[in-house]
Amino acid sequence: MTKSLHISVLTSLVLLFFVVSDYHDGNLARIMVLAIYAVGYNLLFGYTGLLSLGHALFFAAGMYGLALPIQHLGVSPIEAFAMGLASAATVSLVIGFLALRTTGAAFMIVTLMFAQAGFLALLYFGQWTRGDEGFVIQQADRIIAGIDFSQSTERYFAAFVLFAVAYLLIAWLISTPFGKCLIAIRENEERAQMLGYDVHRHKLLAMLVSGTLSGASGAAYAFLFGYAGATFASVQYSILPLLWVLLGGAGTTIGPLIGTAFAFYLIDISSHFTTAHLLVVGLAIVLLTLFAPQGLAGEIRNRLISWLP
Amino acid sequence: MDFAPHLFLATLEGAITAAVISLTAVGLSLVFGIMRVVNVAHGEFFMLGAVVAWWVASTLGGHAALGFLAALIIAPLFVGLMAALADRLVLERLNYDLERTIVATIGLLYVIQQVALMTFGPDARPVEAPFDLRIAIPWFEFSDTGVNLIWPWGLATTGYKLAVIAAAAIIVTSIIVFLKRSRFGLMMRATQMDSEMASAFGIPVRRVYCVVFGLGAALAALGAVLIVPIQQAHYLMGGDPLLLSFIVVIIGGLGSLPGTILAAVLIGMSDGIISVFFSPTLAKILATLLVALVLIFRPHGLFGHHTS
Amino acid sequence: MNLLSTRKLSMNFGGVQALLDVDFDLPQGQIRALIGPNGAGKSTFVGAVCGRFRPSAGRVYFEDQDISQLPAHRRIGLGMAYSFQITSIFGSLTVYENVALAVRRAVQAQAEEIVERVHMALDRVGLLDRVEQKAGDLSYGHQRLLEIAMGLGQEPRLFIMDEPTQGLAASEITAFIELLRGLAGESTILLIEHNMHVVMECADTLTVLNFGQILAEGVPSEIRADSRVQHAYFGSSIDA
Repeated sequence: MTKSLHISVLTSLVLLFFVVSDYHDGNLARIMVLAIYAVGYNLLFGYTGLLSLGHALFFAAGMYGLALPIQHLGVSPIEAFAMGLASAATVSLVIGFLALRTTGAAFMIVTLMFAQAGFLALLYFGQWTRGDEGFVIQQADRIIAGIDFSQSTERYFAAFVLFAVAYLLIAWLISTPFGKCLIAIRENEERAQMLGYDVHRHKLLAMLVSGTLSGASGAAYAFLFGYAGATFASVQYSILPLLWVLLGGAGTTIGPLIGTAFAFYLIDISSHFTTAHLLVVGLAIVLLTLFAPQGLAGEIRNRLISWLP
Repeated sequence: MDFAPHLFLATLEGAITAAVISLTAVGLSLVFGIMRVVNVAHGEFFMLGAVVAWWVASTLGGHAALGFLAALIIAPLFVGLMAALADRLVLERLNYDLERTIVATIGLLYVIQQVALMTFGPDARPVEAPFDLRIAIPWFEFSDTGVNLIWPWGLATTGYKLAVIAAAAIIVTSIIVFLKRSRFGLMMRATQMDSEMASAFGIPVRRVYCVVFGLGAALAALGAVLIVPIQQAHYLMGGDPLLLSFIVVIIGGLGSLPGTILAAVLIGMSDGIISVFFSPTLAKILATLLVALVLIFRPHGLFGHHTS
Repeated sequence: MNLLSTRKLSMNFGGVQALLDVDFDLPQGQIRALIGPNGAGKSTFVGAVCGRFRPSAGRVYFEDQDISQLPAHRRIGLGMAYSFQITSIFGSLTVYENVALAVRRAVQAQAEEIVERVHMALDRVGLLDRVEQKAGDLSYGHQRLLEIAMGLGQEPRLFIMDEPTQGLAASEITAFIELLRGLAGESTILLIEHNMHVVMECADTLTVLNFGQILAEGVPSEIRADSRVQHAYFGSSIDA
């Protein structure tokens, strides 16, 4: 049953491209790339039970890990993507190693502070990063093997393939003994340890996978949409994946995609009416914590379909 | 100007930051110490205080001191009431769960900030200082004829800045006295030690929480009213005091009031000094990293003693 | 051979001496009950043995290997299991998955064999008909049994149980005694227990802790007759 769910989710994403207008194709490509970020965040928050307030650091590590070498070293896109992943992996291992010495609220604040330091560092080294203003990755640098990823069709399917890989990776991971142990840690950390699991090592690995996926999202975003800027490292971009996962349903495979799409359109529609579109984000967060802490997919699982993974 | 007078000015700027931050940080520290709530929206209560102060001062008109004094009373009161309302509507319903309240106060942060953007607008607006007094600072110079007093150009401050430092010191002292001596202070300490036990002894714990949350926000607002004649009111101004208060509360030892005040002075001064001589961004990078490392390696704060 | 030994094990909680120089030996295959008044240091002692707490001083040996420096999960990996005093399960996972988590960690085996071992463990505590139920939805008594099943799934050489019968109904206690007797010879058991009926029925030997020190040790009849033990429990010995 879960297999057919995954297949139908992915097939609908392919079909949607041919059904909806160009405007929505562009939005959907963006949503899929950002949903990779949410999928990565969900592994740590939804499945392992660790609430990080600093994932923008990993997103930015991927983004700048790809964009800076392209911009300053003239590296090819494929190599740059690998560099983006490597830098996100390294940053998440280092931060994980340090931050996982704390728990609960301290973990939240430590991750927040590291991310803030990273954001400020991007501003401080504005000479290379161009700070808040950011920089554009030229169309000529966004071509791999003759395929121009600045075009909407190519971009859409690149986003789709990357999302599908991330989605299936997590769906597979949580069905393995490793994934079950992460869930066990979320449910009852001390019990997991007293069953003989090395809790710290599992959390660190979860952090590594989560951070690297977030970085992959950042790298893909910079490459497919041709822009890198320090805003993507700000606190707001650490809060957004939390919002997406809370909205969609923490600890569900489908939740991150639903949440990202829902929030994206919520903000998109509200920005037609007001410049204060973040108000919607704030209200959504407050109302969710109050009334639907399980999110959309979580509430569906509780009320309707108990097998939802 | 020479190095020494320059350093003196930087120290003075640092003292103002320290004064304001000690107010906001004491507010944050009270809320965490007594309610075990990490209030991420604390900086927005600060911002709200500044915005209300602008609104009061510009509505009243008349002499600057009149508007300022009215703001000094109305802004903290209004912000405190708003916070108490938020406590009743949101935090209480979450049972003060540590992690869920962090997420909820993140939501509140955006709500307050964006409502300010919609009503107050995106511009920065000034509030006039209650009095205008420029004080030139003398310096001494060694020359052939011995030590001379000179008045270097640019070495000056305003009387208002000095008043801010004095006011903050008075307010913080009275808070400490209030907590130590008053009946309500006793109730707060009892609640902090063991809320269930306090409840069993007939202390209205929920009401204490509500007042504490309001008081914490009111202190942030008070700090904002004091600073708003120096900086301007702006809907995004809450970020820096939030970050600095966090830093101060953590380095001072979560929930410890003397530690918080000591850390406020230390961080405020060094932030002021590093910002003047290096770059404000570098100062913040160092401070945020310091917080992270303190939480990891000295979770009871730099001044807190370790109990295990 | 002693499966478990401690030498001069001491534990100081912020000035309170919870354990003081405890020398303890548990031979292979025994069922040992650890008894004593509230606050005697029983849970602290087993916590220090399996690595939940780091003792202030002293050594712990498991099969003559010094494990004092090992973290909890490594000690469990050597063949210990610990069942918690307060029910400690994975509430949102199924009964099956709870035990499977224990089995997978303890034995490297093929998928089918793991299923088989999970079912065996659940069968022994009588929860086989509830494999697919969510653990958090079980009744309190059943959650306690699940906790035991998780320990059984680990197939430990030393099974530490912290008040396993607390909150169980009389019929469930009878079943538990049966279960414990069935384990005799298979596994070495260290049992903290308040229910004297269970202790007298099951334990080969008793160790009495009082104020963090070993007060007496012996077979049930000896302990029952020991005036110091009576004094510790009742404030005066019965024949005084």
